[in-house]
Amino acid sequence: MLRPLHATAVLLALIALPSAQAQVPIKIGEINSYKVQPAFLEPYRKGMDLAVEEINAAGGVNGRKVQLLTRDDNGNPGDAVRAAEELISNERVDVLMGGFLSNIGLALADFAKQKKFFYLASEPLTDKIVWGSGNRYTFRLRPSTYMQTAMLVPEAAKLKKKRWAVVYPNYEYGQSAVNTFRQLLKAAQPEVEFVAEQAPPLGKLDAGSVVQALADAKPDAIFNVLFGADLAKFVREGNTRGLFQGREVVSLLTGEPEYLDPLKDEAPNGWIVTGYPWYGLQTPEHKAFLTAYQGRYKDYPRVGSVVGYTAIKALAAGMIRAKGAETEKLVAAFSGLELMTPFGRASFRVQDHQSTMGAFVGKTRNDNGRGIMVDYRYLDGARFQPSDEDVSRLRPQ
Amino acid sequence: MTPSAVLVQLLNGLASASSLFFVAAGLSLIFGVTRIINFAHGSFYMLGLYLAYSLVDRFSAHIGFWPALLLAGPMLGLLGALVEALLLRRVYHAPELLQLLATFALVLVIKDATLWCWGAEDLLGPRAPGLGGAIDLLGRRFPAYDLLLIALGPVLLGLLTLLLRRTRWGTLVRAATQDREMAGALGVNQAWLFTSVFALGTMLAGLGGALQLPREPASLSLDLSSVGDAFVVVVVGGLGSVPGAFLAALLISEVKALCVALGTLHGFGLALPVSKLTLVAEFLVMAVVLVARPWGLMGKAPSSSRHRALEAPLQPSGPGLRASAVVVFLLLASLPWLSAGAPYVTVLAVDLLVAALFAASLHFIMGPAGLHSFGHAAYFGLGAYGAALLVLKAGWPMEAALVAAPLAAALGAMLLGWFAVRLSGVYLAMLTLAFAQIVWGITFQWDGFTGGSNGLTGVWPAAWLADKQVYFLLTLSAAAGGAWGLRRVLFSPFGYAMRAGRDSALRCEAIGINVLRVQWLAFVIAGGVAGIAGGLFAFSKGSISPDVMGVGRSVDALVMVLLGGVQTLSGPLVGAVVFTWLQDTVARSTDYWRALLGGVILLLVLAFPMGMVGFLRDAVWQLRGRPGGGAR
Repeated sequence: MLRPLHATAVLLALIALPSAQAQVPIKIGEINSYKVQPAFLEPYRKGMDLAVEEINAAGGVNGRKVQLLTRDDNGNPGDAVRAAEELISNERVDVLMGGFLSNIGLALADFAKQKKFFYLASEPLTDKIVWGSGNRYTFRLRPSTYMQTAMLVPEAAKLKKKRWAVVYPNYEYGQSAVNTFRQLLKAAQPEVEFVAEQAPPLGKLDAGSVVQALADAKPDAIFNVLFGADLAKFVREGNTRGLFQGREVVSLLTGEPEYLDPLKDEAPNGWIVTGYPWYGLQTPEHKAFLTAYQGRYKDYPRVGSVVGYTAIKALAAGMIRAKGAETEKLVAAFSGLELMTPFGRASFRVQDHQSTMGAFVGKTRNDNGRGIMVDYRYLDGARFQPSDEDVSRLRPQ
Repeated sequence: MTPSAVLVQLLNGLASASSLFFVAAGLSLIFGVTRIINFAHGSFYMLGLYLAYSLVDRFSAHIGFWPALLLAGPMLGLLGALVEALLLRRVYHAPELLQLLATFALVLVIKDATLWCWGAEDLLGPRAPGLGGAIDLLGRRFPAYDLLLIALGPVLLGLLTLLLRRTRWGTLVRAATQDREMAGALGVNQAWLFTSVFALGTMLAGLGGALQLPREPASLSLDLSSVGDAFVVVVVGGLGSVPGAFLAALLISEVKALCVALGTLHGFGLALPVSKLTLVAEFLVMAVVLVARPWGLMGKAPSSSRHRALEAPLQPSGPGLRASAVVVFLLLASLPWLSAGAPYVTVLAVDLLVAALFAASLHFIMGPAGLHSFGHAAYFGLGAYGAALLVLKAGWPMEAALVAAPLAAALGAMLLGWFAVRLSGVYLAMLTLAFAQIVWGITFQWDGFTGGSNGLTGVWPAAWLADKQVYFLLTLSAAAGGAWGLRRVLFSPFGYAMRAGRDSALRCEAIGINVLRVQWLAFVIAGGVAGIAGGLFAFSKGSISPDVMGVGRSVDALVMVLLGGVQTLSGPLVGAVVFTWLQDTVARSTDYWRALLGGVILLLVLAFPMGMVGFLRDAVWQLRGRPGGGAR
């Protein structure tokens, strides 16, 4: 019965042998769900490529060129871990980065801990990656679910609305955003009341039923965590059914071009959102990034572009500070590492390895059939953190 | 909740039901006549929506919104006719289910083609002119377009009924649905009939997609989410029954709408979030319906196909085969030393072996037992989670947890198997899928215990197994032991009874074999072995999340078995290794790796309709002149 396994042996022998290249360039191994989340990750990849080109044009890092190797994890953690093993053992990469889905980010973080290998979680938002499952070898760039929710809470409290409804995709990201929102809003405004909760499955929103159930609860305000295709359905159905009339909406991530642009003429007015108003930022660091990005790609940047670009730049900054790319040196260098991002200054916190990169909070406006953010300001991520005692209680020592 | 709120929620359910019915009606027609499990049906739905977006965008100024929108239907119908005539027609004579593999490959190709054509961003179409607003209904605003959809469902049902009952073509379709061979024997041109049915079904899927244009954006994840729902509707309604599909679409949509409307129920000091049931509502409905009515709401017991291809009996291996098996095993066992300079070889080899064992366990129940399981990942996942939870929550040593993994899986299989063996064919397959989805849903929701959607981390092997090469040897012994054990069972009296039950349940019963009990035990054995694979998988990755028991993994296992050849014992092993290896290699070679993988699978399907090992076996038999070669 095993005869056909001859073929297997041959196939196994054909598997890529380790490349015997001279270890001149610094190799960055990047793993992401390129095919499962293309809307975010195509701009992300462009951002990374731009950063690599800039670094190499300026002579590389510590005199060595930077080389980026990307792998598709097919949207599942098992393949992501295998890709990580392949990058380390076959390609002999110096660092790992990447991840979009939370479960994959956590799997890679745990892999990094087990192998004692440096991992920069560029995108995954889950709070656990720096807290409950945090470890010495994992750093995270993007503002977490907690941070972005915490940025919205003061604005929500200012509305002085008593009856709130929440709607979120039914998985960890949505759940933890809503839990944080409830907890922080209750603290800021004790009389607040949550009158409805809808948790449709991710990507399978029954928009009509959900919008009506929310409207029937007669809330004063709504906290929304839906994004992507669910958001578009929700907004169109809500507009048609008048859900948003006379109601305030606070909405996570909705100001990001990835999610706001596809809404086109449905883009809502006056939602309080986190996002990225690339069209209006006047700081020199953002102008430089925007010019370079548009020059290179003839397209405007999305949040993904900024995250990909900044992740590579952060690794370069860390390696310069560490004077090398060995994991232990990098871990030391990343703790407290200061860097310049297109959004402004940020640093990696010593206590939980989270970067203080922030986000923009503002209101949406439908500007001639196109959604934009107005009245926005940049909120520094350093200010939206739990107390250090809370962090040390959450994070295993 | 007021009565008027419930009433409007029921109307919402009606609108969703119509949308669902468009997709499901086409799938039901196609399945009824051709018996193809058409995974690509959801892809045609997705394409319909994308195409409608572009057509409306380009041509609505010239020919108007509605003609532009509806044009997507016939265009998809044409595509369906081409697919049937150029591809599927070549594999009708392959063993059962192989067409499924072809449509799976199509899903991959269409997905990448869509990404290439339309880009990654979601595309939200315009509102329907004249129906963009809302009307006042019981003090609420109800979208006018939804009223149109509510009307369209019954209209389609009426038209299809007329077509099937009042035209000659409809008579032929009904005849073929009831007894394909007899229709053929009476001179019905099957090729033409199949092509036209496939085209009509695909057109309905395309229209269903196009009609969603004013309601939701075209996005790349629509294919899989819609095909799952459509299958559930078709099976709940009863295979091949169009009115059944309509009833099922209604039932499922209304159940979902009510779950959403109820929100969170409070009582006895507990809060029960009913709205979260929408995660698996359709599968709960399907499980209940199938347990109560084994042929769906309006289906009939299928007439047993009188020319079910009998397989050639399994042959015990000769000395040559045994010797080469030993050689292969020894070669594999020395792999850690042979590949000393290339550590990734052992990493990948662990994954290949886990996949091979998993596929072998599916094949055991699918091939020799004849019980198609579409939810085999449930046992893989139960093994993985069982092992991980014993280590993390109960503090067991890793070795003990690994030994207990198959028990967790076997327990799950015992529970489901009892229900499943009372069904047959696709109904059985869909009940296994429903069970897998329910287990998945519980795992996904139960944050405190299973880690919810994030899963569990820190599931690493014991120190002495931490080295990948040692772990490989452990995996190799378990996989080889498992595969050998399954083979031993097949040649034991129990195995003969199992195969006899597949080939003729009636005769089996007559000679005193309790077929149900034999099949039930087969489920438990297959589940247990899948659990071993799951446990090995968990410790090789260090973390697991609910996708280990998701539909994707069940489908992968089916693909592996079919690729290797369902009628051979080593086929699944080869299929698993080739598929996993291909995926690993192709994913690194190009951005459009899904299309490439799909293309390769299509070529393999066309070249080896009996599976790769089936092809080899037939070739060898032909050389040696053994009778019965190509048991078709």
